[in-house]
Amino acid sequence: MEFQSITKLKTLLNKNKISVKEIAETYIKQIKEKKELNIFIYFNEDKIHDQVKEIEKLSNDKVLKGIPIAIKDLFCTANMPTTAASKILENFQPTYESFVTQKLIEQGSMFVGKTNLDEFAMGSATNTSYFGNTINPLSKNDNPLAPGGSSGGSAAAVAADLCLGATGTDTGGSIRQPASFCGVVGIKPTYGLCSRWGIAAFASSLDQAGVFSKNVTDASILLEEIAGHDQRDSTSSNVKIPSFSKNLNTSLEDKVVGIPQEYTVDGISDEINGVWEDAIKSLEKKGAKIKHISLPHTKYALPTYYIIAPAEASSNLARYDGVKYGFRAKDAKSLDDMYELTRSEGFGKEVKRRILIGTYVLSAGYYDAYYLKAQRVRKLIANDFVEAFKECDLILTPTAPSAAFPLNEQQDDPIKMYLNDVFTVPASLAGIPGISIPYGKDQQGLPLGVQLLSKHYNEQEIFNAAFSLEKDYE
Amino acid sequence: MSNLIKGKKHEWETVIGLEIHAQVKSNSKLFSNSSTVFGSKPNSQVSLVDAAMPGMLPVINRYCIEQAVKSGIGLNAKINNHSVFDRKNYFYADLPQGYQISQYKYPIVGEGKVTIDFKDGTSKDIRIVRLHLEQDAGKSLHDQNPTKTYVDLNRSGVALMEIVSEPDIRSADEAGLYISKIRSILMYLDTCDGNMQEGSLRADVNISVRKPGDDYGTRCEIKNLNSIKFIKQAINYEVKRQIEVLEEGGVIEQNTLLFNTSSGKTSPMRSKEEAHDYRYFPDPDLLPLDINQEDIDKLKNAIPELPDDRKTRYISDYNLSNYDASVLTSDKYVSDYYDTIIESDKTLKDSSKIVVNWLTSELFSLLNDKNIQINNSPVTPQNLGKLVKLITEDIISGKIAKEVLVEMFNTKQDPEKIIEKKGLKQVTNTSEIETIVDEVLKENQIIVDQYLSGKDKLLGFFVGQSMKKSQGKANPKILNEIIKIKLSKKK
Repeated sequence: MEFQSITKLKTLLNKNKISVKEIAETYIKQIKEKKELNIFIYFNEDKIHDQVKEIEKLSNDKVLKGIPIAIKDLFCTANMPTTAASKILENFQPTYESFVTQKLIEQGSMFVGKTNLDEFAMGSATNTSYFGNTINPLSKNDNPLAPGGSSGGSAAAVAADLCLGATGTDTGGSIRQPASFCGVVGIKPTYGLCSRWGIAAFASSLDQAGVFSKNVTDASILLEEIAGHDQRDSTSSNVKIPSFSKNLNTSLEDKVVGIPQEYTVDGISDEINGVWEDAIKSLEKKGAKIKHISLPHTKYALPTYYIIAPAEASSNLARYDGVKYGFRAKDAKSLDDMYELTRSEGFGKEVKRRILIGTYVLSAGYYDAYYLKAQRVRKLIANDFVEAFKECDLILTPTAPSAAFPLNEQQDDPIKMYLNDVFTVPASLAGIPGISIPYGKDQQGLPLGVQLLSKHYNEQEIFNAAFSLEKDYE
Repeated sequence: MSNLIKGKKHEWETVIGLEIHAQVKSNSKLFSNSSTVFGSKPNSQVSLVDAAMPGMLPVINRYCIEQAVKSGIGLNAKINNHSVFDRKNYFYADLPQGYQISQYKYPIVGEGKVTIDFKDGTSKDIRIVRLHLEQDAGKSLHDQNPTKTYVDLNRSGVALMEIVSEPDIRSADEAGLYISKIRSILMYLDTCDGNMQEGSLRADVNISVRKPGDDYGTRCEIKNLNSIKFIKQAINYEVKRQIEVLEEGGVIEQNTLLFNTSSGKTSPMRSKEEAHDYRYFPDPDLLPLDINQEDIDKLKNAIPELPDDRKTRYISDYNLSNYDASVLTSDKYVSDYYDTIIESDKTLKDSSKIVVNWLTSELFSLLNDKNIQINNSPVTPQNLGKLVKLITEDIISGKIAKEVLVEMFNTKQDPEKIIEKKGLKQVTNTSEIETIVDEVLKENQIIVDQYLSGKDKLLGFFVGQSMKKSQGKANPKILNEIIKIKLSKKK
């Protein structure tokens, strides 16, 4: 049984055509059937049944009453363990609920489990998890594909009908790229729109929570519920959150859509460029004006990102030291020894790589050449967008340079892996919102996504344009 | 005043700079709402933020910011409208985040200065480089178990102000005066409780020596000293050590030292190879701190009278000496106590110097004996004022007053009641005194004769005997006069 969307399931529930319990049983069954995809780090039927009892008591006014939601295992949850896909937090049970998941609980949603991710969200294929790879549900039997990453488990959960919505976090593309790979909608809102409180930090100045869903309307419903100001996060925005879903419309009259020349890069398949062209035509057909623009510092985005994000990560992950909670290595002979063993054994290869890079770029003698310079370039990149949005309302690009790739590909080549983020990283550095929606397929039938960007807090226009593309694509 | 120290071969000049860590007086921590009460049960005042749980974020405590700004104003310093919190990265068991949030490039307070006063009436300015805010670490307890170290995070995240001086200090005494002055200013401002025993105020001391006129020598830093006595001891030891090394042809290695309070010696804490690279960078969890000039001005207008202003007032309004005035004002509680006495009765302003004496010698010695702080004195300022008034109005003698003060100290009673109850009121009635004198002269006819034959010194004998007979209550001035008159009549 498949419920297609949040709005459809909610209608059934409100008309008493289905009970919360029946929803729970349906999804438990589906999750069990797709166990081999390794989408969940934590799944416990009893925990779902416990929630059912609570949710049944709620009024039908609750926007997300009974809606099955999967939670990226980077969000701390009081009712389920939180691992960040790392051995270092293997048995960690928070006593607190993250801001975002708390909001979802308050609206009556049902958490089906905690989804797999790249360890501490560092990766683009959900293959750096201590708990093993997640397999893209769109894979053919003989060729397991990556779901993208780092929020690969959440994207895959939506694609495999194991929930109707999922939370993700996006630091350099970790929502948009897996959304593209799994053929679902994924939005990273403006930096600061959703509180980071209770999300294990990767790179604080870039981390932003967002959502996956089966369509644009559902994404707009979910986002308006999890957004909002939080005094406990100093970088949380104090802005009024519009009712994205109520304001949704497909009209693009007088809207100018920018097409950045720098996003036409070598080695990108004709299929991807073709999907991009199709989307341009669709928007034009709906009344948008197309304008070719330039974002001149785009080529510096990837190296800038791969300095700033590891620098912040090297410091953010210092708290995992074996002293207070989480994994502690045995047989340490001294405090330094305990740190060394705990962190060597507790962190995986990619996390260690980034901690080392980050430590290096912040070191005395290298700080100015790397970190400080990267911060300056980041400003230039952000300024590219400021200039661009003086002449356009939206920017349209491909989401990722490829469709989902086979699991065993790119495993040992970090640089090639980092290239996955080439189209998503600039918006992360600028802190602007971006969405990825499925808009075509490659020859093998794998989904390809397009990305819509806009200026800070302009999620509504992004949703509207995405809604328009979605209608046209259907 | 020359501060040069004679070595075996040369004269040496000591160069000292201080980094004072003053705990901000605030009910909650710098970035969390945990309590800051000293001496609580270990790990009872630790929030999720203080324990650095995953996903926890710091939020600036605005009150601590105000306290730092007030302190900056008190140090005559520039308040920076824009400052930045940085992370200082290092691993230690009692540092839960793996970094300390501090201020590195852009501190909240810039250059300032304080004045220190010497006994000889001269004074000197010590320049301040900066004041910045930072988090305190927790405590590692190594003595609770033979094989384990315990960590208490109650102190983790408590707000500290680090006040850095220029190397303007030239002796252990100057260092002592400087830290007393800073302590006094912060206590007047109510931005730090100044309690050095509990560690609310501690200092790192940077010391080097040089021949007068030379460039600065290599310095050593003595960490974490929490009493003025130890600071002076440590400086004196370290200066001597450095001079000895240099005069024997050695070189001073830049080093971080610890001072052993029982041996009185300094020893290296860590070697150069272990020198930290703290990898400071702006904390991405916090926005830069921007403070309006208006808010700064508001705080400026609310700054209370500070020690230097109060000292000037004491000298001009109460005619006190510079020394008395600085002794009183160096401790806010003493000074407040003094002000309360003077304000308790109009007439006491004219007895201001007598009040100082009764406060700083008589009451202080009683307090010191019992190790009681002035703010907990069993003798209220109002009662001490009454006592002084009883003396100046000749109701009791100074001698009786000392007894009365002891009684006041022990029973917290009003001096007037004590005098009444014990019948200690001075006798000023001349006929009463005359009767006593007559009796004494009658009882000591032989000595009267000796006196009359020219032994003038015996006058004191009659005074003493009469005073004894009056049980010390006779007004000494009247008594003296009566005896003289009576004896002269016998001549």
